[in-house]
Amino acid sequence: MPQIPFTQVSAVGVPLDKANVDTDQLIPARFLKYARDEHNADRLFHDVRQDPDFILNQEPFKSEGQILVADRNFGCGSSREAAVYVLQDWGFRSVIAPTFGDIFHNNCFKNGMLPIRLSAEVCAKMRQDLNTDPGATITIDLEDQTVIAPDGSTHRFEIDDFNKYCLIRGLDDIDFTLEHTAKIDQFEQDNRPSWLGHNA
Amino acid sequence: MPQTMFEKIWDKHVVQQRPDGQCLLYVDRHLLHEGSFHGFKALADRGMPLRRPAQSFAIADHYVPTTSREIADIEDETARNLVTGLETNAAKFGVKHFGIKDEGQGIVHVVGPEQGITLPGLLMVCGDSHTATHGALGAYAFGIGASEVAHVMATQSIWQIKPKTMRVTVSGKRPAGVTGKDVILAIIAQISAAGATGHAVEFAGELIEELSMEERMTVCNMTIEAGGRTGMVAPDAKTFAYIKGRPYAPQGDDWDKALAEWQALPSDADAVFNTEVTLDGLLLEPMLTWGTSPEHAAGISAKAPYPAEAESAEKAQEIRDALDYIGIEPGQPLQEVMVDKVFIGSCTNSRIEDLRAAAAVAKGRKVMVKQALISPGSMLVKAQAEAEGLDVIFKESGFEWRESGCSMCVAINGDMAEPGERVASTSNRNFRGRQGPGAKTHLVSPATAAAAAVTGRFADHRDLV
Repeated sequence: MPQIPFTQVSAVGVPLDKANVDTDQLIPARFLKYARDEHNADRLFHDVRQDPDFILNQEPFKSEGQILVADRNFGCGSSREAAVYVLQDWGFRSVIAPTFGDIFHNNCFKNGMLPIRLSAEVCAKMRQDLNTDPGATITIDLEDQTVIAPDGSTHRFEIDDFNKYCLIRGLDDIDFTLEHTAKIDQFEQDNRPSWLGHNA
Repeated sequence: MPQTMFEKIWDKHVVQQRPDGQCLLYVDRHLLHEGSFHGFKALADRGMPLRRPAQSFAIADHYVPTTSREIADIEDETARNLVTGLETNAAKFGVKHFGIKDEGQGIVHVVGPEQGITLPGLLMVCGDSHTATHGALGAYAFGIGASEVAHVMATQSIWQIKPKTMRVTVSGKRPAGVTGKDVILAIIAQISAAGATGHAVEFAGELIEELSMEERMTVCNMTIEAGGRTGMVAPDAKTFAYIKGRPYAPQGDDWDKALAEWQALPSDADAVFNTEVTLDGLLLEPMLTWGTSPEHAAGISAKAPYPAEAESAEKAQEIRDALDYIGIEPGQPLQEVMVDKVFIGSCTNSRIEDLRAAAAVAKGRKVMVKQALISPGSMLVKAQAEAEGLDVIFKESGFEWRESGCSMCVAINGDMAEPGERVASTSNRNFRGRQGPGAKTHLVSPATAAAAAVTGRFADHRDLV
């Protein structure tokens, strides 16, 4: 599915001071039975939000937060793409963290969500500033691959050209790959083990 | 140039490489379950077929009831529609389907190896994070998201950036009573829940070689809990003996050709890994988790940690939060902790050997917890266990002997814990609320789970057999 193109986003940052936030926290498994268009923001951190002190129950984060600043290993655990769906439905465009769960990281790109890896120190400083100055903004420029933190410092991040290209244009990678069908055909002719022959 | 096993398999699957490092990899076999409905819908929306339906296998496991084999017994209508939807889509798109009444049905990561769908050297994917299980046979197997499932269905390929390589070497002979589950929990406790992030992990060393195929599957299964993209073990004589004769494995001349290729798969002697980790197997003991991340694991003789002794203030807070949720005091001996429920099952630990280990502890004893539930990994595992009389041992002890499915691991089929209940579970995740809102999960091996069931607390199963 085509996504909302991602170029530049300037928005309120939400500090999440917790390591190893797993996808079961992001969306409990009991909600995974729904299709993409049946999801809604209310399922994001559904059980965690029962705690009134949780950051997403606080203003201005609740209404205005679009960039989540997390700690190490954010999105670890299951492969559920709904973890990204509900972040998106809440209004998030990007998650910044020192490290991510691998599958969650991949899933972000497929949904127009930009996961950004910055050092643990930079992330910690940003969370600290967002906590002391609620409503402070972060600016992300994907073309330049930079993040401007609440304290005004600029940080460059890495992203491969392929994901950058697809995000900026809101492209679906199936369309992209279908242009390479001839190469897949050729691979199948030349490179498949003959011993798989009788049943693919 | 010497290569690791992972690099050998990777190279054989590159359809196209972009200058930015993104590689289009060919997918040999794709495993589907009820959650694959997103992918089928994406294809239907585009009016596209599956590119290679014969290379996909659909298995109902996440939402199936373990109390019966009747779809009508799934109370939740949406969940019921997912189970019937998988069957409908499999028929529509021409995919082999192992449905709820099929004698080969089971958990996707148990069925793959059991049917010979999983083979050395193959690249396999599944929309499930525990797909690395199949790496125990020397495959490159990894979990993917729903959009990637749709992409594989449409193109039989997937875009990937090559991960780094890590070798985890476990040396020495294993101490008595230590299982594959204890080995992987010890590894995760050592390297952390993010210790293998960005890496393809190869498990090696004397102790890994000594593990049975089932135990190797348990070890590889939980690689994701250390953050790894995949986990693998080099195929050896044990692997080949396990595969031979299985329904989807090569036969006759094909078998000989395959074997020759598989024997060349193990990492070259002088291959270099980006990261090396070592563990001394002799120091291992039965393990259990005390917190809310798989890295919160310790030996059965240990006490819960003191937050004040953590290496940082942040870590201290994490330990405090975890112990607070789980309801254990800092410094409390773990063997004092009482258990409410026991679950033996999941893609991590539900194979025949797991059930034998649990039965050896349970035999002649009575269940001392509220509920002790066993869901075999597949209907073939169930039949095998019944042929060996294990079901009788379990039932006489007071265990519930159920049908096969993901059951209480992901807790979306009705099998779950109540708020506040403490579960000794052979599954793979002790995340908050994973087995039901407010449930407290402790990850253990099948033998340790059985010991908890018959003593009502965490006990060293070696004292019972």
